Amino acid sequence: MTFFGVPTQALFGQLLIGLINGAFYALLSLGLSVIFGLLNIINFAHGAQYMMGAFVAYFLLQWAGLGYWWALLVAPLVVGLIGVVLERTMLKRLYALDHLYGLLLTFGLALVIQGLFRNQFGSSGLPYQIPPELTGGRNLGFMVLPNYRAWVVVFSLATCLGTWYVIERTKLGAYLRAATENPSLVQAFGVNVPRMITLTYGFGVALAALAGVLAAPIYQVNPLMGADLIIVVFAVVVIGGMGSILGSIVTGFTLGIVEGLTKVFYPEASNTVIFVIMALVLLVRPTGLFGREK
Amino acid sequence: MTTTSEAAQTTATESLSAPGRHQIAAFALMVGLLAVAPFFIYPLFLMKALCFALFACAFNLLIGYVGLLSFGHAAFLGSAGYTSAYAAKAWGWPPELAILAGTAVAAALGLAIGALAIRSKGIYFANITLALAQMVYFFCVQAKFTGGEDGIQAVPRGVFLGLFDLRNIMTMYFVVLAIFLGGFLLLYRAIHSPFGQVLKAIREHEPRAVSLGYSAERYKLVAFVLSATLSGLAGGTKAIVFQLASLTDVHWTMSGEVVLMTLLGGLGTVFGPVVGAFIVISLENYLAQLGAWVTVVQGMIFVICVLTFRRGVVGEIARFIRKPL
Repeated sequence: MTFFGVPTQALFGQLLIGLINGAFYALLSLGLSVIFGLLNIINFAHGAQYMMGAFVAYFLLQWAGLGYWWALLVAPLVVGLIGVVLERTMLKRLYALDHLYGLLLTFGLALVIQGLFRNQFGSSGLPYQIPPELTGGRNLGFMVLPNYRAWVVVFSLATCLGTWYVIERTKLGAYLRAATENPSLVQAFGVNVPRMITLTYGFGVALAALAGVLAAPIYQVNPLMGADLIIVVFAVVVIGGMGSILGSIVTGFTLGIVEGLTKVFYPEASNTVIFVIMALVLLVRPTGLFGREK
Repeated sequence: MTTTSEAAQTTATESLSAPGRHQIAAFALMVGLLAVAPFFIYPLFLMKALCFALFACAFNLLIGYVGLLSFGHAAFLGSAGYTSAYAAKAWGWPPELAILAGTAVAAALGLAIGALAIRSKGIYFANITLALAQMVYFFCVQAKFTGGEDGIQAVPRGVFLGLFDLRNIMTMYFVVLAIFLGGFLLLYRAIHSPFGQVLKAIREHEPRAVSLGYSAERYKLVAFVLSATLSGLAGGTKAIVFQLASLTDVHWTMSGEVVLMTLLGGLGTVFGPVVGAFIVISLENYLAQLGAWVTVVQGMIFVICVLTFRRGVVGEIARFIRKPL
């Protein structure tokens, strides 16, 4: 069976890979958007924090014998807590300055974190097993769908939609959005805005770590696993419109699929297609597809 | 913009008139040191530092005087390096033409990337330049002529202008020094011209500059292309000096490195990027055998600079002597 001269087996295979990549793009750009919305900084350490999530999962297994499901819970908490400490001790001092300093600080932190892990663990990946509950796959007739990959897509989608619901539909989210618009007014109403900022950064970082745990069984646990990925995610964020929650989810998944399709039909461009789309979107809409002037 | 407001304080007293005596003195000191340095220090190391110093000066034009943080300058350094290396090796061009070809390619690329990026500001601008530069990186990974992971090796140095045989390392050093000084003076002239004053006006208050009739976008684009062109000059020269063009120079880590050099030396200072480049290149040289520790040290310098040392080395000296440098 073929589709435009491409075997459907290959087409669906690449579509699935695209969907998986899209799940990671969406989770990571969602975290970046949440952070950007309130703190107005681009968290360059996001890729390093994603990597730390995967490593915490690895450590839990090696040192404490705690498996995947524990890691899914503990890794975001641990890395999120590290994020909270970073925000309290360093990022906090930069809010009065230009937002570019936040970018430079987190860039420096990313270098430090990735360098330290590379010293300790080298550049080759460490294996992490798929949890026994999710091994194997099911035959859908036109292709075999590995259970773990289906789980990644479903779980990431659920997390994204849950986050969207909390931010757009609950009272807590309303405070958050209000603080994005006018922090001093929200503070005047008795909301502890600095604490909200700290927790928001922690939450965004936790999302990155969660993505790291999800990625551990698919890609190997590697000190540089987030280094190049994060730049693609930056492009996704620009396309979606910076700070737009729904925008990052939709563009994340869509661009993953587009990238997968490009691998089928024009493999030479698969690495660059997202950047080309970004350039085209910028020509038409400089604020991104879902963004607005700020 | 507050990014550069601290840097601006040091430049606030600058005027359009002739450079101050202290600046001439600092320039003379720099030229003097660089002229005697190759007799005491390994010239190849100095040439590397000079190429990066020119690169950082070009980068500083944008961040220091227009307030735009480009996170994609490696694209200009690297693409010029590939072009110059290819022209010298495959077409057998003499070094001056090869370097010019690289510079021209960087200028064209700067026009294309600048035209897209210049419409945005601040973090958006940083993000967009980073992503577009990554596109250039992937192009270089895949294109046939770049030689992939190997890069272009064993590039012939040739005879500069038919007069200076670059196979002699001292001759080559003074050619590189001349190129560096040419680029440095061109940038100095641009910064202290009416054009540079308009750039600073746009940095400080863009709507006001626009209301006075200046087309902010056009000024920014010219500054961007100038910065890209001189980055290309640095990249082309570097490729001829080291007889090599590789993926390292196009990768985003290189874009980060030039930010580091400029930040450490002093954003928006004339001599800061030069000092910063020499410090960073020396550090890399001494830490080279320690592997990934180089990255850790660079990251720590970033963190320290951002948190407590935002004026940079030259910025602090300028503040101490209360004169712009």
